[in-house]
Amino acid sequence: MNHLGEEDLILHYYGEDDDPSEAGRHLEECSECRSLFASLQSALDAVDCAPVPERDAEYGARVWRRIESRLESRPKPWLWSNPWRWAAAGVAFAGLLAAAFLAGRFLPGRPAPAVAADSQVRERILLVAVGDYLERSQMVLIELANANSGGGLDISAQQARAEDLVSETRLYRQTAARTGDGAVAGLLEELERVLVDITHEPARLSPEAVDKLRERLQSEGILFKIRVLGSKVQREEAPDEPSARQKL
Amino acid sequence: MEQTDAALVGQARAGDPDAFRLLVERHARSLFGLAYRMTGNESDAEDVVQESFLRAYRQLKSFDERAGFGTWLYRIAVNGSLDLIRSRGRRMEAFAPAGDDAVDLVAETPSKDASPERLALSGEIRQRMVAGMARLSANERAAFALRHFEGMRIEELSRVLGCQPGAARHSVFRAVQKLRRALEPAVGTVK
Repeated sequence: MNHLGEEDLILHYYGEDDDPSEAGRHLEECSECRSLFASLQSALDAVDCAPVPERDAEYGARVWRRIESRLESRPKPWLWSNPWRWAAAGVAFAGLLAAAFLAGRFLPGRPAPAVAADSQVRERILLVAVGDYLERSQMVLIELANANSGGGLDISAQQARAEDLVSETRLYRQTAARTGDGAVAGLLEELERVLVDITHEPARLSPEAVDKLRERLQSEGILFKIRVLGSKVQREEAPDEPSARQKL
Repeated sequence: MEQTDAALVGQARAGDPDAFRLLVERHARSLFGLAYRMTGNESDAEDVVQESFLRAYRQLKSFDERAGFGTWLYRIAVNGSLDLIRSRGRRMEAFAPAGDDAVDLVAETPSKDASPERLALSGEIRQRMVAGMARLSANERAAFALRHFEGMRIEELSRVLGCQPGAARHSVFRAVQKLRRALEPAVGTVK
């Protein structure tokens, strides 16, 4: 049996591997994998040392007292459920900063723009925003690329998320274009096209349509390109961390 | 005899507020644990718990009885936590080691019989854990919290997160990889 990869070991740790006995046998026989698994176990066991603040048995009753009077009132928006206001503020803020980020990050040697380029805090916030945006885009595409097309597929959830991502993509693309970063602008244009097309598909795809979409994602290599861009952002986000190469 | 969630949901739907009170009392503590793991902040976690129950109450009519009430509630709380984290741009600060609850986590007194060296290591691990959690994206944090702390299987947590199992698995992998990278120097010393 080949050595176990990191993902195999993670699944084994959580008891979610397809054949735990096979992985167990391999770990008994292979000292290298055993050592890697022990290292993974130590790290994951250590995670449990961060405690959750205790809530006593009366906590539920206190929650009830706090919400009781609001149950019959007219539904109010969630504390955080005004997505458009948040989104508008976020987009506006990102727009102010994106110029500095895109122009300064992906084309080494280009003079940094004056706009906010000296603000490390702002840059980190933007990096987080761009990182999240790229990850969310990637997740939508991964879900579609890995979907089982057997009896057709309901993609309404992915469509809703793709729709949300389109406006963000447009913002970042326009900023990249303005700052002369053609490569990033090109990639974002490609991503925007894919996302828009996904939103225009019927909510329920036939098996053939799923296969066609999957083929398109594969042939255009859009997932790979997003991953590369995402890795760049991650490296910028955590410059003090070791390289992404895993020891496992 | 204790009534099942399904029975209480039925009564609450019929307009019995006491039934919903029992559901709140039954699930509030576990929901707080989940919300705290996700937001990294007691006050935010409290907000998430309250808003989740309010939302659940308002959407009770649309609750699909084939799903477990707990799973449905978790999904609401996860979405609420994700929205909170994203809307406040708190990926970095929610678990920030300076100036919030995280300091208390790090400073919390470990067992009395621990050696000074062990105490220092324990503190270091916690600091690294906090830093590692701050590096996770909202999706990764949710997937990890559900898998690792709540013991939810990937298939089930994908339903809570509203994504495909493959995507949920990917989020768990990435979270573990990031946390492992953050913890490895300290954990290596402990071994």
